[in-house]
Amino acid sequence: MAADSPILEVDGLTLAFGGVLALNGVSFPVAPGSITSVIGPNGAGKTSLFNAISGFYRPRGGSVRVEGRAIDRLHPPERARLGLARTFQNIALFRGMTVLDNIKLGRHAHMRTGLLDALFYFGRARREEMELRREVEERIIDFLEIDHIRKAPVGSLSYGLQKRVELARALAMRPRVLMLDEPVAGMNREETEDMARFILDVREEWGVTVLMVEHDMGMVMDISDHVVVLNFGQVIAQGLPRDVQANPEVIAAYLGSGNVDDLRRRFAADARKVA
Amino acid sequence: MRIASAKESYAADEALFDSAVQRRWFAALLAALVLFPFAADQYWAFLACLAAINVIAATGLNILTGYTGLVSLGQAAFMGVGAYTVALLENRLGTPFFVNLPLAGLAAAAAGTVFGLPSLRVKGLYLAIATIAASFILHFVFANWDSVTNGVRGITVPPATLAGIALDTPFKLYWVIMPVAVLMLLGAANLFRTRVGRAFIAIRDRDISAEVLGIPLLRWKLTSFALASFYAGVAGGLWAYFFRVVTPESFPLILSIFFLAAIIVGGMGTILGGILGAVFMTLVPEVLKLLVGAVAPVWPDAVVLLSPVRTVVFGALIVGFLIFEPQGLAEMWRRTRRAFHLWPFRT
Ligand SMILES: Nc1ncnc2c1ncn2[C@@H]1O[C@H](COP(=O)(O)OP(=O)(O)OP(=O)(O)O)[C@@H](O)[C@H]1O
Ligand SMILES: [Mg+2]
Repeated sequence: MAADSPILEVDGLTLAFGGVLALNGVSFPVAPGSITSVIGPNGAGKTSLFNAISGFYRPRGGSVRVEGRAIDRLHPPERARLGLARTFQNIALFRGMTVLDNIKLGRHAHMRTGLLDALFYFGRARREEMELRREVEERIIDFLEIDHIRKAPVGSLSYGLQKRVELARALAMRPRVLMLDEPVAGMNREETEDMARFILDVREEWGVTVLMVEHDMGMVMDISDHVVVLNFGQVIAQGLPRDVQANPEVIAAYLGSGNVDDLRRRFAADARKVA
Repeated sequence: MRIASAKESYAADEALFDSAVQRRWFAALLAALVLFPFAADQYWAFLACLAAINVIAATGLNILTGYTGLVSLGQAAFMGVGAYTVALLENRLGTPFFVNLPLAGLAAAAAGTVFGLPSLRVKGLYLAIATIAASFILHFVFANWDSVTNGVRGITVPPATLAGIALDTPFKLYWVIMPVAVLMLLGAANLFRTRVGRAFIAIRDRDISAEVLGIPLLRWKLTSFALASFYAGVAGGLWAYFFRVVTPESFPLILSIFFLAAIIVGGMGTILGGILGAVFMTLVPEVLKLLVGAVAPVWPDAVVLLSPVRTVVFGALIVGFLIFEPQGLAEMWRRTRRAFHLWPFRT
């Protein structure tokens, strides 16, 4: 396979809820090692797109391919095992567990411990758990700077920290494509900058491809290689951040009013905020 | 005050009893369990055996309902499957108890897996109703499959034997029942140090995201049902050796409700909760009976007048727990322990 053929490819994806087309023939490639962002107004279908890629919704038509292989018939856990790891817009951590256990949970699909191993906590179970603990500590907890909360119940954490724990859990999933649904929503400026840095470092150090939904234009324009714009379930533009930003259709969709200059100013201000 | 609890290694941090103090307490508890029968009369040995059997069944239900979030009112029926399995194996094949008990567990696990299938589509109250249906079906089978179960007359079970000795008193059976209970509790505790236990909890907390995170719901829900029923089956097998006669009426729906109450009172989703709840539910009625008996010499009418009150007090205790300690006895225990660890700096 050529080096730049897409690691993930969405092809003509169509998804309907009753009469509403949440996705309508959505197609775009995700290049390996890239940071690809999906943007669009509220209700454009971004989360639905993620859910369709995860296998959580069954699309009416179209296809999702990972390294050229169609995964449309795979169940969500099988897709997770292929390396499609994700976080959720409305944080989906397990409140009854500690931070450490939440992160460990991400590795589930790559472990082999069965019921009997587990009951006796012997041999494979012990070995796997020890390996996992070491890797989570040394590669993930250190990296994301969450050492101080590893034993805390997730319910007690701030919103920003919970988002970081979700990222940690996604990293434990051995991601090849890391799908982040609004990773900095509701964060203050400092937390946003930290998260942007983590995303860039993840790509750098782990060689992971990132597919991200985000409303923070400053961050999107700053760190993305490729931007896809959704509106009413359709891709209305895609390309380099710079080109998408200048596209009048995008600006119109975003503002509704079509006041281009105003939006340009907003993009610029957002960009300064992150830089 | 507890100090110096920082861990030297990940292995130490992941241990079941993660401090020397805890390990010492556990050793003391085991010693107490070994010495208990020598100090107790037959009546208390009887209660200890019954409590241990109930602890096993309640712990199984706790795995399913407390940890996996699947409400079941079929636990007693699966116990019945185990009890009948032991009764049949003893009478027809005469195999030893250490073979029969695991087989009782496996037979119940098989039944539990089948009756767990609805959990793939429904949960909560709907699943509870589906499991009630399971217990009616099993009751029907016990009562009507004459050639195997001997119908409503039931089956008499010969005592378990070990090295030629018939284990026909609570004192003797204690040496089988209590070790089995301890082993099964350790197994349950181990489970939650591994991916299996984490998968159960994830399914309880949010089954839909669990699936996207790589956890196949079908596999683990059925595993949880199978395991809970295995515990019920072994408990039922021990029950058969303990009471020595198994009839369709031995495992009524009310017994399933008893186990559910035990894990709620004890604390759902904690191993300790299953133990405390089952012991509480088994012993409190007996303790109340003793209290009534104690006042009988000074107040001869006590037995007649107070016996109905006993039931009411028992019910009130349960309701009181639900209101004042919804997290159960295990949570009370945890709080007490914490107070000791922090003493005298905080109380
Ligand atoms: N489970 C569902 N059932 C019915 N309609 C749905 C469902 N999920 C999403 N929709 C609809 O699909 C459309 C797209 O929703 P989606 O959540 O994908 O938007 P989004 O782009 O993620 O928006 P936001 O930026 O607010 O997160 C909306 O009209 C929404 O109401
Ligand atoms: Mg969304």
